[in-house]
Amino acid sequence: MSRRDFVRIGWGSAYADDNLDPAEDLARWGDLDALCFDALAERTLALAQIRREQNPEEGYDARLEEFARRFLPYAARGLTLVTNMGAANPRAAGRRLRAWARQQGLHALPIAVVEGDDVLAEVQSKDVWIEEIGAPLRALKGRVVSANAYLGADPVIQALREGARVVIGGRIADPSLGLAVMSHYFGWAADDWQRRGQGIVVGHLLECGSHVTGGNYADPPYRVVPGLDRLGMPWAEVGPDGAAVISKLPQAGGYVTENTVKAQLVYEIHDPARYYTPDVVADFTQVTVNAVGPDRVRVEGGTGTPAPATLKVLIGVDEGYQAEAEIGFAGPGAYDRARLCEDVLRSRYERWYRTACDDMRLDLIGVNATFGPAAPSPAAPPHEIRVRLAVATPDRDVAERITREVEWQYFGPAGGGGVRRRVTRRLAMYSAAIPRDAVTPRVVWPE
Amino acid sequence: MHVLLREVAFTRSGDKGDTSNIGVVPYRAQDWEWLKEQLTVERVADVFDGLVKGPIRRYELPGICALNFVLERALSGGVSRSLNLDAHGKAWGNLLLTVSVEAPDGWEPYWPYVDHETGKEESS
Repeated sequence: MSRRDFVRIGWGSAYADDNLDPAEDLARWGDLDALCFDALAERTLALAQIRREQNPEEGYDARLEEFARRFLPYAARGLTLVTNMGAANPRAAGRRLRAWARQQGLHALPIAVVEGDDVLAEVQSKDVWIEEIGAPLRALKGRVVSANAYLGADPVIQALREGARVVIGGRIADPSLGLAVMSHYFGWAADDWQRRGQGIVVGHLLECGSHVTGGNYADPPYRVVPGLDRLGMPWAEVGPDGAAVISKLPQAGGYVTENTVKAQLVYEIHDPARYYTPDVVADFTQVTVNAVGPDRVRVEGGTGTPAPATLKVLIGVDEGYQAEAEIGFAGPGAYDRARLCEDVLRSRYERWYRTACDDMRLDLIGVNATFGPAAPSPAAPPHEIRVRLAVATPDRDVAERITREVEWQYFGPAGGGGVRRRVTRRLAMYSAAIPRDAVTPRVVWPE
Repeated sequence: MHVLLREVAFTRSGDKGDTSNIGVVPYRAQDWEWLKEQLTVERVADVFDGLVKGPIRRYELPGICALNFVLERALSGGVSRSLNLDAHGKAWGNLLLTVSVEAPDGWEPYWPYVDHETGKEESS
């Protein structure tokens, strides 16, 4: 039996390093039915897969123990938790959650795992077509590390129907976490494309967490967001037809307005009439937003057409290393000294490193680092500038040494200071499409 | 009268792979029609000249009176392999706000504030 004629779904995480404090506020004060945690950006899974290679019991979200400690007690009192924090190893994540629940005395908490998104063997045996390079998989330079198909709401709905209170998976599409909760709550048909499309609109509005409560939005004096220092996470109250009110805790910072909702609706979309998900091709074009009270915005009008015949697969490829280093110049003549430093670094790169590198970039931070050739010329010479050198190379030693080149500019133009160096792995993500029936999502119940 | 887009609309930009998108939302619905005529793909291509290597497409969201620009081969390979400092292109919407548009006669700037009774945004 439903306790209300809407389902209230909170959002606790928008990516793998998100702050869980506002999520706990929602769990405690939000009177929620469910709390969803998205943890996967495009390269998060490939990084997790590398951790799994090093330890077969690893590869799930680094916050999983914190998640268990802070949120399983709420699940035991009735809050449904849905997350893709299983990342590259949902099964191990499920086992760990089971163990941590037991430690808290929560022996009967029903925890389900959704797996089946790992399609590495499938894409390798089929040598799938890689969209970005317009060639098959074997043409990729570098070692293929991971391949994960985007799963939709259906296996999560199955787990909820079978009684799960906590559902953890790997590459479940972000908005599908929310769609699963509402579909299950109201018993929407799997081919109800109108409701599924509207449900994806709501999931999309929630999936970036505080983006819809005023994050990534303030631009004073044009847009003044209150309480940005204690920004809260959102929830949606979704009705049986999918129309929803987006809101937040009154004591949390930020705000929910028609404009914050519009800003998130357009975030990371391409053709708004065809927003592809594993569940439905959603249509955002007729979506309307209306403030119906303070921090309450009603969203309706989303619809959709049948789910695509293929699923998107993200393929992670180890392409070596990225090296970055910076040095700063300040005071009178800073711009000219920074330009001179840039010339020296370019000359040394050309002479000693070019053949060992795949790519190189020199920036003047404070002048053109963000907009490159499209940057406007500075009206007056900036008082502080940082010179940044970045390269991509398959060779770790080259990567380390080229960051030293920037450090050695302590002995370059006068007054260079504040060197920072960083070498990271270069995990490139490519995409492919595979037939839906080549992917078999499964619900398993960890012991 | 010439005004910067920043006076009329706000933007939000994001990434999917090597593709960037910039949503443009006018503060007032009544500015959408004239903005649509002026904010063409060609205008946007001028602003991002040298930065975007692929085609640019424009879409409309009439339900919220917004435009969406999709810029291909725009992020030097995408966040996972780009050497760009802002590999997501999070700031790119702000570059678009520097474009100049011709507002109708009598147009007045508008900085919204939120009415705490209704939750609606009003002009200050």
